[in-house]
Amino acid sequence: MFAKKRVAVVGAGLTLFRRNLKQTGRELAYEATRMALDSAGLTVKDIDCVTLGTAPDAFDGIHMKGENLLDGAGAWRKPYSRVFVGGGTGVFTANSGWWHVASGLFDTCLVVAEEKMSSCFPHPQYAFTTIFDPIMSRPLGMNLVWIFAIEMHRYMHVHGIKKEQIALVSVKNKGNAMDHPCAQLPAKITVEDVLNSEVMVWPVQRLDISPTSDGAAALVLASEDVAKKVTDDPVWIDGVGWCIDSTYWTNRDLYFPKYVECAARMAYKMAGIKNPPKEIDVAEPYDPFDYKELHHMEGLLLCKKGEAPKLTEEGVTQRDGDLPINPSGGLLGVGNPIAAAGLMKVCEIFWQLRGEAGKRQVPNDPRTGVAQAWGDLMQYGSVIVMRS
Amino acid sequence: MSAKIKKYAGERIKTEDLRKGRVPVERWKPKIRYAWSTGTAMSRFLKELKNGRIIARKCHKCGRIVVPPRMYCELCFRPTDEWVYVKDTGIINTYSISYLAADATRLKKPILVAVIELDGASKGIGIFHHLGEVEKEDVEFGMKVKAVWKPPEERTGAITDIRYFKPAEV
Repeated sequence: MFAKKRVAVVGAGLTLFRRNLKQTGRELAYEATRMALDSAGLTVKDIDCVTLGTAPDAFDGIHMKGENLLDGAGAWRKPYSRVFVGGGTGVFTANSGWWHVASGLFDTCLVVAEEKMSSCFPHPQYAFTTIFDPIMSRPLGMNLVWIFAIEMHRYMHVHGIKKEQIALVSVKNKGNAMDHPCAQLPAKITVEDVLNSEVMVWPVQRLDISPTSDGAAALVLASEDVAKKVTDDPVWIDGVGWCIDSTYWTNRDLYFPKYVECAARMAYKMAGIKNPPKEIDVAEPYDPFDYKELHHMEGLLLCKKGEAPKLTEEGVTQRDGDLPINPSGGLLGVGNPIAAAGLMKVCEIFWQLRGEAGKRQVPNDPRTGVAQAWGDLMQYGSVIVMRS
Repeated sequence: MSAKIKKYAGERIKTEDLRKGRVPVERWKPKIRYAWSTGTAMSRFLKELKNGRIIARKCHKCGRIVVPPRMYCELCFRPTDEWVYVKDTGIINTYSISYLAADATRLKKPILVAVIELDGASKGIGIFHHLGEVEKEDVEFGMKVKAVWKPPEERTGAITDIRYFKPAEV
């Protein structure tokens, strides 16, 4: 057995995702946390510990973000810590909540993720400059979109994938987001719209990329005995995984995210999943760019290497397809407040498995879902497997 | 979002209103600077760049020759064993064409950047750099390229001592 106690998600909360919200990070954390507690029918007094995720401090220029946000995260005088693994933070925060409870140390845990990117000028993208190696990279004027475009191009080259195929992901996700009340960029667009949008860093065009956003998300986790007391409808966390690859990203072949595969294998083994495409009913892989959804479907072993574009063309990944991918609308449609975006995916799986997703609900009563996030210098994967 | 929820938290404001102070705003501009010691491996690497050469480290256990050089092999987790010069030529592993500057402002003339697998290093071992003296339409995967160095008197011991890589004569 992997855990002393089985862990359930019993509540979830989410704020609007927008380019710029009036609320402070702390206020956003409070709103998401409050909603998660209310939906679980619990109060902050019922919470034993809190784990918080938020991405690079450089975005809001507040270097102790964990401390800055704790009051809004319901952590006053509780065991509390912040985790940070770049873009992988959102899902990893849920993973860290899992081990707080699975270890038997705590019966309940609040999982909170917040991001406020709008405070940074001239553009939050510039804050990303500070993540690069100061000797090899920064003198060359690095930009995060450059290196993702480099990865996308390698992926396209190795498998002979066309831009038209990749653009379908953006069309699908922005379309799915039309049914998400918190979404920042819901839109009915066509492949032509994507292909005609501004070239930012070829092969990345404007509609291939998710926006910068403000927002927060939260979960309430409970051990099995507590969960069964507070809800008839728990969603179990049956597998968690995480893995990191070398920071020397120019020494790796970027066509395949091996580290995501390692994280997925860890989570699947824990959950007893042997045939991921057959056993997984709904998935929320990380999609800050449209190609990343495809890349991550392959890393998550939901299909063979290079096969994700074909499945997308065949409609398999549509909400009513055989393997619905990003029914929420993903980062491309709902928005990308980094850590909060990752946790939004876990929230979506929770609502999907509970049958609470409303217009976004995937049909046929999904029982098993997976969410995944990705981060650092194209090197980190975090994966969570959930069952109703 | 759960279908049970009908009211959503968060109030949108415009970035322009924040920038121009049309909403209540507090500002701060950092005045902070850094100076990084370049360490054992990279100090030698940068010194060699000043001499117009690219140096790597070799691990005798896994046999890899790696650039940028490191004093330990992260795979074998033991010290690397020797300094090895690699060539200033290589092939384009992947590339992108950027109309976006580091601060996300738009560029009229795009910057070409690539991962270049260096000749003499192990297969798949590349460095990131700019491409020059080539039109964006003419760049290809697997294209052979060569470093264009600054003149010796302009070199400072930095990765920018290589101006860019250009298509090599074949």
